[in-house]
Amino acid sequence: MAIIDPRHAAKQLIYERVFRAATLTAAALVLVILGGVGISLARGSWPALSHFGFSFVTREIWNPVTDEFGALAAIYGTVVTSIIAMAIAVPAGFGIALFLTELCPPLLKRPIGVAVELLAAVPSIIFGIWGLFVLAPVLQRHVQPWLIEYAGAIPGVGKLFMGPPYGIGVLTAGFVLAIMVLPFIAATMRDVFDTVPPMLKESGYGLGATTWEVIWHVVVPHSRVGIVGGVMLGLGRALGETMAVTFVIGNAHRISSSLLAPGTTISSSIANEFTEAVGDLYTSSLIALGLLLFVITFSVIAAAQAMLRRIERRASLAL
Amino acid sequence: MSRRSFRKFKNGVFLALSLIATLAGLACLAAILWTLISHGLAGMSWHLFSQMTPPPGSRGGLLNALFGSTVMTVLGILIGSPIGVLAGTYLAEYGHNSRLSVLVRFINDVLLSAPSIIVGLFIYEVVVVRMGHFSAISGALSLAVLAIPVTLRTTEDMLNLVPIGMKDSSAALGAYPWRTIISVLYPAARSGIVTGLLLAIARISGETAPLLFTALNNQFWSTNLDAPMANLPVVIFQFALSPYKDWQDLAWAGALIITATILILSVSARALLALLQSKGGSAR
Repeated sequence: MAIIDPRHAAKQLIYERVFRAATLTAAALVLVILGGVGISLARGSWPALSHFGFSFVTREIWNPVTDEFGALAAIYGTVVTSIIAMAIAVPAGFGIALFLTELCPPLLKRPIGVAVELLAAVPSIIFGIWGLFVLAPVLQRHVQPWLIEYAGAIPGVGKLFMGPPYGIGVLTAGFVLAIMVLPFIAATMRDVFDTVPPMLKESGYGLGATTWEVIWHVVVPHSRVGIVGGVMLGLGRALGETMAVTFVIGNAHRISSSLLAPGTTISSSIANEFTEAVGDLYTSSLIALGLLLFVITFSVIAAAQAMLRRIERRASLAL
Repeated sequence: MSRRSFRKFKNGVFLALSLIATLAGLACLAAILWTLISHGLAGMSWHLFSQMTPPPGSRGGLLNALFGSTVMTVLGILIGSPIGVLAGTYLAEYGHNSRLSVLVRFINDVLLSAPSIIVGLFIYEVVVVRMGHFSAISGALSLAVLAIPVTLRTTEDMLNLVPIGMKDSSAALGAYPWRTIISVLYPAARSGIVTGLLLAIARISGETAPLLFTALNNQFWSTNLDAPMANLPVVIFQFALSPYKDWQDLAWAGALIITATILILSVSARALLALLQSKGGSAR
C-alpha cells in the first residue's frame, strides 16, 4: 500500500482550498452585510437628505400631507426615553450584579442568574403588549397623578410632569425600556465584576473594609471600563428598541415639555409608518431616520465593545 | 453616630438596596409571565391551531400565522446558520488573530446588538424594492441576517473549547485542516453548536420589527414564498392594537405561545451548555 497516493493528496489539497475559501467567504460576508446596510440606507435616504439638507435633523415638523419632514421630534424622543431608561436601569442593574457576585447565597446564584437571562430572552413585542395593557394603566391610575400633584409643583422640574395622565407617553416608554435593558446591563456588570481578582477584594476585607467599601473602592475602580462598556451596550439597545416602544409611546411627532405626553422615537416612527408611507419623499425620510439610528447605535455599540474588549484583555493578562 | 456604626449603617443601606433591585427585577419577570399566562390561557383553545386569523368580530385561530412563523424561522436558520458556522470556523481555525478576523469578530459583536429594525430596512431596500412586492422569502432573509451573529459567536467559542490534543492527533495522522474540522472538531463541538442554533431560533422567532416591511402579513393561508405571509409577531402587533376583543384575545394567546416557545428554547440551550461544561471539566 502506498503511503501517500499523489492523486489522493492533490484531491485533499483541493478540498482544503475549497473549504478554506468557503469559511473565508462566510466571514467576509459579515463585513459585506454591515457595509450593505450602510450603503443601502444611505442610498434610500438620499432623496430626503438632498431635499431637506441639514435641516432634516433640526426641524420638528413631520407632515406627510405637505411632504415636509424633520427628524428632531423623533431624535428627541429617542434620546429622552433612553435617558429615562438608563437612569432607572443602570443603578438597578448595578444592584443586581452586586447582589449576584457578592451577596447571593451560592445555591440561589444560578436560578437568579438564569431568571435575569430569561428576562433578556423575552421578545420585545411582549414587553410592548404588557406595557400597554398592564403597566400603562397602573402608571395612569397610581403613579402619574401623584407625579403631577407633587413633582409637578416643584419649580423648574415641574414642567416635566404637567398635563393629563394619559398612561402612554414618553415616561411609560422609558419605564418599559428600563425593564428591557436591565438584564443586559446586569449580566454584563456581573461578568465584569467576576473578572476582579479575589486577592484584591480579600486585601480590602483584610484591612477591615465593609462589603460596600470593598465594592465601591476596589471592585468598581478595577472594573470601571467594563461597567461603562456594559452601560453603553444597554444604551445601544435602548436607542434602537422598536416594538416595545411603539406600543406605549403614543406616536405623536412633537416635542412636549412634559414627560407624560405622547411622543415618538426614530424606531417607532419607522415601525408605525413605513408600510403606510405613500410618496417617495415620505418613504425616503423614514429610511433617513433609519440611517440616523444606524449611525448612532453603531457608534455607541462599537465604543461599548471596544471598552469591554479592553477589560477582557486585562483580565486574561492578570491570570 | 460613631464612625464605625455609620460605616456599618451605610453598608447595610446599600446592600439592602441591591437586594431590592434584584427583587424588583424578578418581580418584573414574574409580572410579565403572570400576565401572559392569565390572559393567554383564557384565549387558548383548539381553534387556535385549526383555524385562520379571523376578520374582526368573528372567532378564529392563528393557524396561518403559526405556519408562517415556522416556515420563515426554519428558512432563516437554514440560510443564516451555515454562514454563521462557517464564519465561526474561519475565526477559530484559520484566521485566529489576523487583522481580518479581529475586524470580523468586532463587527459581529456589533451586529449582535444592532437594532433589528435596521436589518428590516436593509432587506426592504435590497430585496423587497427589487422584487417589487413583500414576500415571505425576504422575511426569511432578514431573519437569517439576525441569526448569523448568534451562530458565529457560539461556533467560534465552542471550537475553541475543543482540547488542542485532538486537533494535533488528527494532524499527526496526516489529515488536512478541513478533514480535522469536519471529522474531529465538529463532532466534538456538536452540542455547543446546537446550543448556538437553539439560541438563534429563540432570537429570531420573536422578532417583529424586521418582518413588518419584509414579510408583511397575510389574513389568509399562504404557502407561497413569493407572496406576503402571515406570522405570529406581526399578527400579535396588529391584533393587540386593534379595538376588537376577539382580536386582542388572539394576540394574548399568540403572545403566550411565542414566549413559552422562546423560554423553553433558551432554558434548554442553557441546560445543554451547562451539561457540556461539566462534561468538559471532568474530561480535562
